[in-house]
This record gives sequence, structure tokens and C-alpha cells, in this order.
Amino acid sequence: MFSFIAKRIVATIPVMGVVALFVFLMLRLSPGDPASVIAGDYATAADIERIREQLGLSDPIVVQFGNWIWQLMRADLGISIFSNLPVTTLIAQRLEPTLMLSLTTLTFSVLVAVPLGALAAWKAGTWIDRAVMIFAVAGFSLPVFVLGYALIYEFSLALQWLPVQGYKSPFDGLLPFLRHIILPTVTLSVIFIALFARITRASVLEVLEEDYIRTARAKGQTERKVLLGHALRNAAVPIVTVIGLGIALLIGGVVVTESVYNIPGLGRLVVDAILKRDYPIIQGLILMFSFVYILVNLMIDIVYTLIDPRIRY
Amino acid sequence: MSAIADRDANRSGLRERLAEFRRNVLSRHPTMAIGGVLLILMILGAVFAPLLFTVDPIALNPIQRLRGPGAAQWFGTDMFGRDIYSRTIYGTRISLFVGLAAAVLSIAIGLVIGLLAGYVRLLDTILMRVMDGLMAIPGILLAIALVSLSGASLVTVTVAITIPEIPRVVRLVRAIVLSVREEPYVEAAVAAGTRLPLILIRHILPNTIPPLIVQATYVCASAMLTESILGFLGAGTPPEIPSWGNIMAEGRTYFQIAPWIIFFPGALLALTVLAVNVLGDGLRDTLDPRIAKKM
Amino acid sequence: MDQTTQPVLDIRGLTVRLPIRADRENAIEDVSFSVLPHEILCVVGESGSGKSVTAHTVMGLLPPKQLTATAGQVLLQGDDLLKKTPGEMRALRGARMSMIFQEPMTALNPLMSIGDQIEEILQIHTEMSARERLARVIEVMEAVKLPEPERLVHSYPHQLSGGQRQRVMIAGALALEPALLIADEPTTALDVTTQAQILKLIKDIQRTHGTAVLFITHDFGVVAEIADRVVVMQHGLVVEQGEAKAVLRNPQHPYTRMLISAVPSMTPPARPPKADAPVVLETQDLCKTYRDRSLFRAARETRAAHNVELSVRRGETLGIVGESGSGKSTVARCIVRLISPTSGQILIDGHDIAGLSASRLRENRRLVQIVFQDPYRSLNPRRSVGASIVEGPMNFGVGKAEAQTRARDLMKLVDLDPNSLDRFPHQFSGGQRQRICIARALAMEPDVLIADEAVSALDVSVQAQVLELLDDVRKRFNLAILFITHDLRVAAQICDRIAVMYKGEIVERGPAAEVFRAPSHEYTQALFNAAPGRDFEFGSFATA
Repeated sequence: MFSFIAKRIVATIPVMGVVALFVFLMLRLSPGDPASVIAGDYATAADIERIREQLGLSDPIVVQFGNWIWQLMRADLGISIFSNLPVTTLIAQRLEPTLMLSLTTLTFSVLVAVPLGALAAWKAGTWIDRAVMIFAVAGFSLPVFVLGYALIYEFSLALQWLPVQGYKSPFDGLLPFLRHIILPTVTLSVIFIALFARITRASVLEVLEEDYIRTARAKGQTERKVLLGHALRNAAVPIVTVIGLGIALLIGGVVVTESVYNIPGLGRLVVDAILKRDYPIIQGLILMFSFVYILVNLMIDIVYTLIDPRIRY
Repeated sequence: MSAIADRDANRSGLRERLAEFRRNVLSRHPTMAIGGVLLILMILGAVFAPLLFTVDPIALNPIQRLRGPGAAQWFGTDMFGRDIYSRTIYGTRISLFVGLAAAVLSIAIGLVIGLLAGYVRLLDTILMRVMDGLMAIPGILLAIALVSLSGASLVTVTVAITIPEIPRVVRLVRAIVLSVREEPYVEAAVAAGTRLPLILIRHILPNTIPPLIVQATYVCASAMLTESILGFLGAGTPPEIPSWGNIMAEGRTYFQIAPWIIFFPGALLALTVLAVNVLGDGLRDTLDPRIAKKM
Repeated sequence: MDQTTQPVLDIRGLTVRLPIRADRENAIEDVSFSVLPHEILCVVGESGSGKSVTAHTVMGLLPPKQLTATAGQVLLQGDDLLKKTPGEMRALRGARMSMIFQEPMTALNPLMSIGDQIEEILQIHTEMSARERLARVIEVMEAVKLPEPERLVHSYPHQLSGGQRQRVMIAGALALEPALLIADEPTTALDVTTQAQILKLIKDIQRTHGTAVLFITHDFGVVAEIADRVVVMQHGLVVEQGEAKAVLRNPQHPYTRMLISAVPSMTPPARPPKADAPVVLETQDLCKTYRDRSLFRAARETRAAHNVELSVRRGETLGIVGESGSGKSTVARCIVRLISPTSGQILIDGHDIAGLSASRLRENRRLVQIVFQDPYRSLNPRRSVGASIVEGPMNFGVGKAEAQTRARDLMKLVDLDPNSLDRFPHQFSGGQRQRICIARALAMEPDVLIADEAVSALDVSVQAQVLELLDDVRKRFNLAILFITHDLRVAAQICDRIAVMYKGEIVERGPAAEVFRAPSHEYTQALFNAAPGRDFEFGSFATA
């Protein structure tokens, strides 16, 4: 088991390297002079020169890459062009709302989707199954921001049950936090519930065809225990895999949801950076999010060893 | 059996197969037919936009700004008095173009890379590391960065949306190649001295097509959503192009007083994506029942 | 009727309907037989005979909605199972009747420990305490002769061999001393030596516990080995039943007669020696080693084939016999160069092809052709069989028209309609597809034909025909055939000479007649002793 985990940790290094290389090349290989692209349409020659200097764009490309990697190893993501603050500081300031929204969304969607998917598989072919599947395909087709505005319109403007926008930290009181986080969580969760319910249903259906399910029935086991004790656990690996892959989708969704609900998190940081063309921030956030994705999936691989005794090599 | 009788048998076989298709596929997957019809209507609407009682989608009309939906402006107007109905209908063109182009491009590129990775062991390790890295970068952020660096235009937006879709196609193709190349019929062809390119084309490629058609629909749906998100965030096509994302982005500030600016294009977007997804699910169930279970 | 002669299981007029649009109306029709206490009843038949459906009906494990019992009675100790509610059936399953299956690899839950899986049955049906359950689990594991039960309860299925897994299944099935044990092809997926052990175990258990056993099989060797009585099924109907010895020696129904005479004999027929024919295939020191490299520990080496030396003469069939993992298929794949040998030589007509580059190799591909085991995966489902047959010759420059003519001739040769060349594989049966594969191999006009378990997936009656065809083409084209098989009976019938492989090496070789009469190597002796029904001469019927 140790060797499996060590192997997986080592395997993430080249992937992180590839990500770093991508992000590095993106700026350098983009058409035109990157410094003037970043500086924007109204920049003076001095502005462009300052940005060129700040990003080290005049060095040879290999030196640039070396510096860049060395910088990353010291957890230095560069300096924002507009605020002149380190990108890491900006990220730290905006981390909490994003983290909270991600956690509430993942928890909520897993808690809803897995039972829903399992139920659909168990009742395959019935109206329950069909209803879950229709919800899944619809949820997957709904643009996050359209749903967000629809919910605000209904629950905040029309019914006035919940605040329109904004964010309150849970450390300043749980109730205001919950009142503010409910709508964003539901908005962002719909697509994940659709995704996770679908994969749960599919995996459980596949497992239900396995020989050992027939063995369990031949032992006289009840259908409920066949589903919960045998099928769901065996279906866990693909489900957990999809949850891991869903992290990428979650990050995109967070960006949009924060814009809709005016939440001062990392998503807003990205959007503001786009509007200001503050490239070091965009670049830093891409790197950070990618590394989070890689680390979450690494942890999921380690979770596999707990679920499945066969993965021990 | 004579040649003529043979051909007749074939023709009736084809007719039978068409009838069977109607019987089995369309009656068993009515949603697929609905999705297909809806999509065809959308395409027709996009092509014949000028004939659908639309006005100039970019004509400003300050007197009529922020009018609600009514008999004159079916979907209302925006803050410049532009007709939302016309803008939405013309916006269909952008969405469908981006969706279809991203689907075709990512499938074509992913197919080539996937075949290479699946058959050339040396390339496999490198290509798959690159794909893993590309997959780790959140697609929307990658697209945002690419667009903001290379300047907003329809082409850059399409390319930026296509790139993050490629790794999944590569993985799909590679997985199919790796399993099919072990099939005895492929080994029999190797033993019969068939050259590698022919083996790929004759025996391996055909197996990738049904799942790729299905994958293409999913890429198309996802690309349309991403395009609208980019527009919504202000990182999409230039604002003068009436894409759904741009219309909705402009409606954000006026959301509380003029919600129609967001809702009509939003609803049409959701409907289009739904049509494509439903079509994809139906195709998956009919083309490849084996992967149907896995998805 | 007193207690000892009342049947444990009594099936009367049982009919199970197939879903609409199947190729026949009923999966089984008007099936009647009974299993008495203390006896092993074998239900034997080919695929599609309905023997498995019968067993699943008894257990109430038919897939719901697809298959339904429409008539008859299934009496377990006098209770009609068809009248039970699902809850009542659950209470009976595992307690009064239990079942073991064909694939011990997949029949156990991979995520549950062995102990938990056996214990589950006690949890469902008894009020025993945890400690009592564990004690009982250990007890039944000892009863099925699993080694070190105290340690093994904590292991997982993937850590056990196939035979051990089947023992675990049997232990679970016996935990509550059921009146009836249903065994659905329990040894078909096992190697012959493991099969012999499991058959012995089932026999022992049946004797010591007095369990009635309903044993489903397709193998008359197994029937001869284990059955007290036998029921023969064909197309969902019972065609014959009676005492095992009587049915085997003096079958009444023509179908039974045909089936039994199709079982190949363990005594090789006399075959003329071919010592003066030229050697076309020869391997020297052929080795295939798989290296499993890892960053964190020493590389692991698996010797799939080691110093394999064999030679086949023109017009001769050499059989390589061995169990799974013996390396016999590795040797075949090396010779066809689907994989590259680690070292050694492969001489075809005296030319070494072991180290040829890809392009030189392609020029030499024509000489060696192969027929695989699985008829359903050996032909590209998207191409007509004609396209599959002409592919090889056209690779070697034969014109399309000529290749087509050759394909038509070959279809005739393998006894198929030459006009069906434009049909697709799914329009043919398994046996027909195997004939097409032989035609495809012959289209290349090879010197060497390799048959890698080529008849193993076929029903016994079809198997006999394909074997006959292979022997026929060997004579007609003076081919050298390398026949890879795990089935000793098949090997005895078709091979001139035999090489026995064990753990990657050839441990014994010689003329088939000699090897079968007096095997010299310890392993060969064990292998031959394990063959079910080895003492029974099938097909030498008592005159009716």
C-alpha cells in the first residue's frame, strides 16, 4: 500500500510540471507582444516596458522558465500588475468564501445525488428512474448563471425569503452565513447532482449485473441489503472518480456563481483580473486551481486503497 | 441466387432496416427524436434568422430602452433599446457555430492524438502526461486566459473552448484502441500481414466512431455553455457580436428592473443544450449499448 | 411414501416462458425430474438446452420480467416453490437450498473478506452470536479443506486461487446444512487438476452430509465421474433420464447417443508416424520473460515460457497440453510473432523469424497462421466474412478476383455456402465462425497452422465436427499443425505427438499414444489422473 501511494505521489510531479509549462507557454506563445497585450489598449510605452520588466519577458526563454519554476517552488505566484500586491496575498484574502462555497456544494450534491442515483438504479425502468434521469439531463443543460438569476428572482426578489447577494463568514455567525450561502450552493449543486446521480445510477446498475450480486441473492439476502451492502460499495470507485474529475467543473462553476451572487471569492478575483487584464493573477489562479485539482485526485487515489483491497500494489 | 435477386434482397434489407430503425429507435427513444427535431429547428432558425420577423439586432433605439416583452418587442428591449428577440435569434448562430466547430475540431484532433497514443507506446507516456496536465487546468479558466491573451474574436473563442475538450476525447479514443487491439480479429489481421495504417483504418477506427459521435454531442453542449459563460464574464466574443452570453452580460446590471434581458436568451440556451444532450443520450443508447451503461 | 425415498426436489411439468421475440417460445417446457436424498443428479446438455434456467428457477433467481415460470410445480421437500412469496423464497435460499456457480472468480464480492462472505449467510438466517458465527465459519472452512482457516477468514477473494474460491463458495453453501445443493457448472472454469479436487469434495460432502445435489454440466466426463442419475436436456426439453451408468452405456434417445459418441476418447487412435517428412516449424531455447519494472522494488520477472524446444513436421499435428498459466498460449503467440520472444530461435522452413524487424517479419507472415479460441471475437463484426478471408492474400499481392475465387473454394472446403461470403459474422453460429476462421487461415496457404484452443469454446457436438475439419485440412494441404489445448481428450484424438507444458517448460513429450499409455513425468501423471471420467470409454454402447 505504501508503495502504491508513493508511486501515485511521484506520478503527480510530471503532471504538475506539464501544467506549469502550459501556463508558462501560454503567455510567451500568444500572438503579438505579451507585454503590450497585458498592458491593454491605452498603455503608454513606459507602462509596457514596466510590465515587460516585471514579468521578466526580455530574458531568454529558458532563463525565464527556470526563474518561473524556481519562483513556483518558493510558492511565489508573482505580483499583481494593478495592486502591486503578491498574488498569493490576494488569493489568501479571497480564499475563504470560495472554499466554503465549494465545500457546501460538494457536500450537498453528494448527499442528494448518491441516494438519488442508487434509487434510480434500484428502480430501473420505473417512473422514479425516469424522473431522476430527466432531472439529470435537464440539470446538465441549465447554464449556472441563468439558474442563479432565476433563483434570486424567485426567492430573493419575489418572495424576499433570502438576501439577494453577498457573503457572510460562518465565523461571524452561522445563520447569516447559511442565509447567504443557500442559493449559491443550490445553484452550483444542480449540475453536480445531475452528474453524480447519473454516474451512481450507471455504476450501481453495472454492479447489479455482477455474479456476486447473484451470490448474495442466492444466500437469501434482502434486496435492500444487496443494494446497500454489496452494490453501492462496489460502485463507489467510479463514483469517487467522477467526484474527483468534477473538481475541474466545480472551479469553473464557482467563478460564475460568485459573479452572479456577488461573493468576494477567488472567482471574483479572476473576473476582475480579466477586466483589468491583470495577467499574473489569472496565471496564478490557474496554477493554484490546477494544483488543487491534482492534489484532490491524488487523495482520491489514496481513498481507493481504503475502498478496494485489490489496489495494494 | 442471381445478382438481381441479390440486389433486391439487399434493397429490401435496407428498407427493412429503416423500418426497424423507426420501430425500435424512434419509438423506444422518443426523447432522441424530440432532441433531433428541436436541434434542426434551431439550425433552421439560425440560418433563416432574417426571415423570422427580426429587426437589425444591433440597431440602437434609445427611445425604446428597457421595454418589457410585448406585442412590438416580443422579448423586450435592452438598455440601448435593441430588440432582444432579434438579438437572441441572431445569437443562435454564434452558439451553434461555436458548439459545432468545437465538437468537430476536438474530435478530429483528439482522434489523431488518441490513435497515436494507443498504438505507439513511446508516444503514449508523453502524450498522456500532457493530456493529464491539460485536464488538470480548469477548462473555463484556460479558455479565459487564452482569450484574454490572444484577443477576443469568434475564432479565438472557439479555439479556446476546443482545447480543454481535447483530453477527454484522447482518453476515450486511446481506451478503445487499447482494448480493440487485443481483439483476436485484430491479431488475425496482424498475422495476415496487414500493415499498421490499414489495421488502424479497417479494424480499429470503426470502433471509435459510435462513441465519438456521442462524445461530439456532449462536447457541443458543453462548448455552447462555456461560450455563454465566457460572454457572461466579459471574456467572450467582442461585445458588438450579439451572442447569448453577451446579451446576458449586458443584462446583468439591469437584472432587477429588466430580468427579460437574461431570461429569454438563457431559456433558449438551456433549450438548445438540452436538445443536444437528449440527442446524445439517445444516440448513445442506440449506437453503443455497452457504453450506455457506463455513462 | 416414507422419509428416505421422498424426493428432496421434485420438478413436475415445469415450463418457463422466454421474452417475446426470442427464437423459441419457452426456455424450458414440461420439464419433470426429481432429486432423491443422498444422490447426485446431473443435468447435462449443450448451450441453450435450458439446464441453467431450470436451476435458476428452483432457486427463484430468474431475471424478473424476462423469464417467468408459467406452468408446473417445483417441490422442495414437498413445498411448492412457485407459490412462495419473495420473502419466503429468501428464507429458503441459503438455508434449505443453496447454489454454487460457474465462475468462482466473479461469484465472490471482491471488497468483502472471505470470512464475512461466509458469515453473511449465518447473519441472514440465524440468531447466532458473533462468536458462534465465527466458530461455524471456521468449521465449514475446515470441512471444505481450506488451509489455515483462522488466517484465511481475513483474506480477500483476489488473494485466493480459483479452486480455493470455489471452496469458499461451497463452504458458504453448506454453512446451514441445506437439504439441496445446486451446482451450476461449478468446475467448468477450473483447471483439470483443480476440477478433480472440487468434484471429489462435492462427492465427499454429499456422502458425509447426505445433501442432495443437483449438478448442472455440459461435460460427460464429469457425469461419468460424479453422477448417480442423469437427466439429458435439449432445446428446453428433457429427452432422457435414468441411472448414470445405464444412460452412458446404453442411451435410448438419438440425441444422447450423438452427444456421448461425440466425447473424444482418452485413448489415441493409431496414427502412421511421419518421421521422414521435413520439419517446417522448430523452436530452439525459446524464452519469454515478462519484467514488471517498478521504482520502489526490484523488478519482478515472470518466466512465461522457458527454453521451449519443439518441432513439427509437414503433415503432422503436435499438441501442446497444459493448464492455465502453463505458457502454452505464450509459445503460440511467440511463434505467430504477435509477441516477441525474449530469446531463442523460431525456425520456419529453416529460417529464423524470432528477431526479424517489423517489415521483414511482414514478408514472412504468410507461412504461419493462427485460429483463436473465441469464435465471437475472431472476426471483425463490421466486415463481411469474405472481406476477412481475402484480406491476407491481398496483402501479399493476390488480385481481388483471384482472392475472391480462392475464398469461395475455401468456403466450400470448410462446408459453408460460398454464396454467403458477403454476410457478416453475426449471421453465423459459433461453429460456423470457427470454420470461417480456418478458411481465413488457409487462404494464406500457410505451412504451419496454429490452433490456440480452437475448439474449446464449442459445444461437444460442434467440437467434433471442427476437429474433423482440422484433421481433414491437415491431410489435404500436408500442413503442420500446432494444436494448443487444455483438453486431454481433444489432444488424444487429433495429435500425433504431445508436449506437456507446466510452469513455462515442456516437462514431457512423445508420440500421443505413448504419452497417454504411460505418462512418465509426475505432473503428466497427475494431469491424466485428474481427467474426469478417464476410465470410461464413451461411445462403446451396449447393443440395444
